[in-house]
Parts: sequence; structure tokens; C-alpha cells
Amino acid sequence: MKLFHALLALAVGVMFAVVPARAVELSIVSGDTGNGIKVLREILDQYEKQSGNKVNIVVMPPSTTDQFGQYKLWLAAGNTDIDVYQTDVIWAPQLASQLVDLTAATKDVAAKHFPSIIQSQTVNGKLIALPIFTDAPALYYRKDLLDKYGAKVPATWKEMADTAKLVMDKERAAGNKDMWGFVFQGNAYEGLTCDALEWVMSNGGGSIIEPDGTVSINNQQAAAALDMAKGWIGTIAPPGVLAYQEEESRGVWQTGNAVFMRNWPYAYALGNGADAPIKGKFDVAPLPAGTGEGARPVATLGGWNLAVSKYSKNPDAAIDMVKFIASPEMQKYRTLRTSNLPTIQALYDDADIAREQPIIPRWKEVFLNAAPRPSAAVKVKYNEASSQFWTAVHKTLSGEGSAADNLADLEVTLTKLKGSGW
Amino acid sequence: MSAEPVGAGSGVRASRAVAGGSALTKAGPPGAAAVRRPSSRLMRQRVRSAWLFLTPMLLVLAAVAGWPLIRTVYFSFTDASLSDLDARQWVGFANYFSVLSMPSGRTIYDGLLVDPVWWRAVWNTVRFTAISVVCETVLGMIVALVLNAEFRGRGIVRAAILIPWAIPTIVSAKMWQWMLNDQFGIINVVLLGLGLIHAKIAWTASADTAMVAVLIVDIWKTTPFMALLILAALQMLPREIIEVARLDGANPWQIFWRVTLPLIRPAVMVAVIFRALDALRIFDLIYVLTPNNVQTKSMSVFARENLFEFDKFAYGSATSTLLFLILALLTISYIRIARLSLDGGR
Repeated sequence: MKLFHALLALAVGVMFAVVPARAVELSIVSGDTGNGIKVLREILDQYEKQSGNKVNIVVMPPSTTDQFGQYKLWLAAGNTDIDVYQTDVIWAPQLASQLVDLTAATKDVAAKHFPSIIQSQTVNGKLIALPIFTDAPALYYRKDLLDKYGAKVPATWKEMADTAKLVMDKERAAGNKDMWGFVFQGNAYEGLTCDALEWVMSNGGGSIIEPDGTVSINNQQAAAALDMAKGWIGTIAPPGVLAYQEEESRGVWQTGNAVFMRNWPYAYALGNGADAPIKGKFDVAPLPAGTGEGARPVATLGGWNLAVSKYSKNPDAAIDMVKFIASPEMQKYRTLRTSNLPTIQALYDDADIAREQPIIPRWKEVFLNAAPRPSAAVKVKYNEASSQFWTAVHKTLSGEGSAADNLADLEVTLTKLKGSGW
Repeated sequence: MSAEPVGAGSGVRASRAVAGGSALTKAGPPGAAAVRRPSSRLMRQRVRSAWLFLTPMLLVLAAVAGWPLIRTVYFSFTDASLSDLDARQWVGFANYFSVLSMPSGRTIYDGLLVDPVWWRAVWNTVRFTAISVVCETVLGMIVALVLNAEFRGRGIVRAAILIPWAIPTIVSAKMWQWMLNDQFGIINVVLLGLGLIHAKIAWTASADTAMVAVLIVDIWKTTPFMALLILAALQMLPREIIEVARLDGANPWQIFWRVTLPLIRPAVMVAVIFRALDALRIFDLIYVLTPNNVQTKSMSVFARENLFEFDKFAYGSATSTLLFLILALLTISYIRIARLSLDGGR
């Protein structure tokens, strides 16, 4: 009997010793828009059930600019509390030295993703983050209102502004006093860089800094594009748009107070949510083109990835979790709930996704042709370069200096920042 | 500085006469005696034990304030980057000022001292401090005078008025951000309803109103702090003086300007300097309300941006060092100008 008890104690002891050693507690940090955090939690609940590990989400503000400063500080301090970071597509070169090389661990799955996205997260031959969704913005428009006033879906910014003005004026005359024509992201942060890059590039004004490192922003077409956007403020866009990020513009749009909106695909699922006043009344189109030489529709490439911190105490479990979240099954789950664009090629032919989120198959072409921001050329100085750009744009939009003057100043600042090379 | 409270001039003499009895603590007779008779054995013992008691505090201060300060100053003379702090090299004053000769033969002046964005941030901060502290002092004075009066429910009103100050800044900034929202914000709805404005104002977005919005929130939040400090001074006033003044036929207005204000002046001056130091470091409110606008960017926001967001840790350290110097300079000149005595009032 004594022996039995001893064995039992031993068995219990072994169980307690083994289980905690295998089941670890992980932390993932993420800032997301819309229902992103909620869906991440649902995915992690499934992961917890499958792996026995426990995962905490550290929630950050949705602004990528805010997140970056904090992450950089944590990584510089060698913070061991965070195992996995949700990283923006533009951060790879800036954070690479403090992230785990995932190349070997993801050999089996990397090929399922779009090669261009994998490439964007590869620094010096090392894959430093696994993509979980990609982003390419859309022009959201109110189908019901355009039909009502017999307007076409605009193909150029000029048409967009004219239609916006027409519909807005008529709706306001009909008593809808809070109606606006167009909302976008005009706050001084990374989102404005995305929006303004689209205006400039779609107008044939180049990509701020070209892939070879040349500062190209000081040109007439770029200035014309910014003048055009300046003309929207207070006429078709509310003056407050200069403080809007994604969620603020969605707030105006989703309550039915805007004819057009520039936003990422996540707003599609939310706009079709059961309690959304605009449910079934809107559709999406590629962003309009500018006018003049080299004009074409341009969408800025976005997207989010998961990276494992070099300072994580459980890197293997963390990599395991990253692979789980980025897996085709979980990407499908996420897409069905959030209309985020998957990074797995096969999901664009998935019947469930096509039925539930019809924007997804239509957006494959748009994101494959999306324009990356110049983060690859500018490397570690990207954040500062982008900040200088959005500051110049924000100043122009707020009426502080003309577009031409601000871009001339910007050229000097960026050239100085570049120094002997990026 | 513009923070000179109203009527300070007239009260200088009176305030000096009573400053010794104000809230400021006196050094006490033992200290004074030590200066006169340093050789006394008892005194030497006392000085020794005083140092003994002070040492832990000084050590902690050196560790949490002194060491980081020295390190920041040191980093400002290097080219440190957050990605790899150990790879730094000494660059002298380059972060503050340097002259570059371009290949084209043009000379470019570079560095913090010639950075227009930095000087704009300095101007934003100083302007913010001046306006907010003046408004808070005047409003705080009014609130304190009201609370000093005897009326029913005074305790509850006193507690209620402190609430804005008790709410964490981030929370109140977020709350105000929603109230100031151009489309859904209650402030626009109320103003529209009252017919005071005819179109919704984009408070935090427009270049003209962004600073106003920040000021509104800051004044709302810190006026209670001012009121509390002034109220404390008012409560310590001897009632007899006021009664004597009244018996002599002074009206309430005269009593305030000639008796009350001179008597509480030292306390007000100390409160002003607390607030001014706080306002010069303003970060959280601006960071939440109008993060990256050049119109409201403060010195601390500029420093943080360079330290953590840009790959310019050394430049950010130089900014922090200069911020420290500017703060020290303004404080010292304020103490000089206000003839404020912090050593017990003589």
C-alpha cells in the first residue's frame, strides 16, 4: 500500500512537473482597427485549446505610429514580457536586428503565401515576420445615393470630387445636414503618408523617394495632387478630417454621413454588420486616378505580420503560435470575420470567402498592383522620412504654406536626411 | 514671466512682513545656530545625524534622477542609436550644432540649435505655459475664494471640484477628444443648439483651434490644483486681520487687494511655479489630442519623437538636455523676478 501511495505521488509529481514545463504563457502585442483584436482573441482561444499554452493580448492604440515608438523602446530595452509583435509591413528593415529569423521554422508554409509579401518581410536573406493579412485600400461609395442622383462610380479624383459635391449638396438640401462628400485619413501620422502617396503617385508625381534612393517629391504633378486634396478640405471633406485616422473616418462613413470614403478592406465587413445603417447600401471600387501624364489608379500597400522577439523566453512556442495564426485555416477565419485580405494565395479562390466577403476575390488584382511605401529604399530612416512627408502634407492641407513651397522644403529636408546615402 | 499674478506689486512689502509665518517651513533655530557656532560638539553631532538621515534620500535621488540625467547628457554628445546603444561614438557638439559643406560648395548649418521645428516646439510650449498658468491662477483664485466662504454643503463642493484633477490625464484627454469630436462631439452639438456657432468646429484638427482645444482641457484639468493650493493659503490667514480691516471700513474689494492677496502671495507664487514646471513638460494631453501637428507639438513630444520613433536617439537626448536647461533657466529667472524666497522667507 505504501508503495502504491509512493507511486501515485510520483505520478502526480511527474504530471505537475511536465505539464507546466510544456504549457507556457505567451504575450502578443497588437494594435488593430475595427474588430481586429476581438477576432485575434477568438483565434487565440482556438490556439490555447489546441496547444495548452496560454496567450495574453497586450492591446495598443490603432495608430501604427504610436505602436512603433513603443515597440522600438521595448525591443531596445530587451523586454522579455512580449513574445510576439504584430508588425506593420513597413517596419521590417527598422526592427530586423531584434527579431528572430523565421526562415528555417517556416520553410514548410512560406510558399503558400504570396512571394512578394514574403519578400517584403525578408531582410538580408532572413524572414523576420510571417504575414497574417495584407492591405490595399478601396474607394467606398454609397451605391444608393449614386443611383439616386444618376452618378457614375468615379474613375478620376476630379470626377470623385464633382460627384461628392453634387450628392452632398442635394442631400443637404433634402435635410440631411450632416452629409459630407468624402472622408479619408488626414491626421498627421503614417496613414496620411499612405493617402498622400496615392494622390501623388496616381497623378504621376512619383513615389516620394524612388527605389534607387533619389528624392523625387519636389515636382509639379505632386504639388498639383496636394493642391487638389487641399481643395477638398471644408468643401467635400469635413474640416475635422485633418484629425481623422481610419476609425474616425469610418465613424462618419458608417453612420451614413459620407458619400465616399478611402479606407482599408476591414471597413467592408463592419459596414455590412447587422447594426450598420449603411448595410447593403454601399460598394467598393479601386481608388480613382489623377490627371496628366503617368496618371493611373494607385493603392498603397499595407499589411500586418507577426514577428517573434529575440528576447522571448519561449521562442519555440512563440513561433508555433505565429504559424498557427498565419495558417490558411485561421486566415480564412479572420477574413470571414474582418474582410482582411489573406496572404495565402489559395484563399482568393475559396467559395465561402467569395460568398461572405465578395470584396476579397475582387481585391486580388488591386493588392498585387499596390504601391509599396519607400521603406525598402530608406531603411532605418523610413519613419523620419515618412514623418517629414506627412508633416509637409498636413501643413499644406491646413493652409500653412503652398504645396509647391512645402514640397521644396521637404526636398531639402529629405536630402539632408539622406546624407551620403540611405 | 507673464505668470506674475495680479496685484503682486502692491503686496510686496506686506508679503515680506508675513512670509515668515506662511506655509513655507522655516529652517529652524538649530540650523541658524550651527552657522554661528560651528564648533559646538552638540551641533557637530546634529549635523552628522542630519547627513545620516539625508543620505538614503540623496542616494535614491542620485540613482533615479541624477544618473539618468548624466547619461542623457552623455548620449547627446554621441551618435547613439536605439537599435544598438553599445555602438555609439563620441561626436562632440554635432547634435547641437554643426557646419556641413555640401559638394556643391554650399554651407549648411545643422543641429538642434538651428532646427526650426525644435524652436517652434519651444515657442508652442512657452506660449501654452504662459496662457494656461495665467488662466489657471485667475480661475483657481476665484474658485478658492468661493470655497473659502461659509456655505452649506461646502465639503461636497470642495470634493467635487477636485474630480477633474483626480482623473488620469490620458482618460480625461480621451474623454475630451470625444467631446471635441467635430461630427459627434457634444460640445459642437451644444454650441450649435445655443446658436453660438453656425457650423461644426473641427476643434483638434484646425490649425486655429488645436491649441485652444489643448488649453481648454488643460485649464479644466488643473484649475482645481491651483484652487487647492490657494485655498490652503486662505485657510491659514488669521481671521482677525480681515475683521480689523472690515472694522476700519474697508470694502470687500479693498480687503481682497490690500489684505488677502498680499498675504497669500508667497503661496500663490509657489503654486505658479509648480504649475509652470508641469506645463513646460506638457506631453500626455497633446500626445492624445493632437499628436503630430506642428501647431501644437511641445518640447517633450518633439523629444519623444526623436528618441523612439526616429532613428535619432542621440539627437533626442540633445533635445532632452536642452529641455532641461530651458526649464532650469526659466525657473531660476522666475524665482529671481518674483523675488521668491524658498529658504524660509527672510
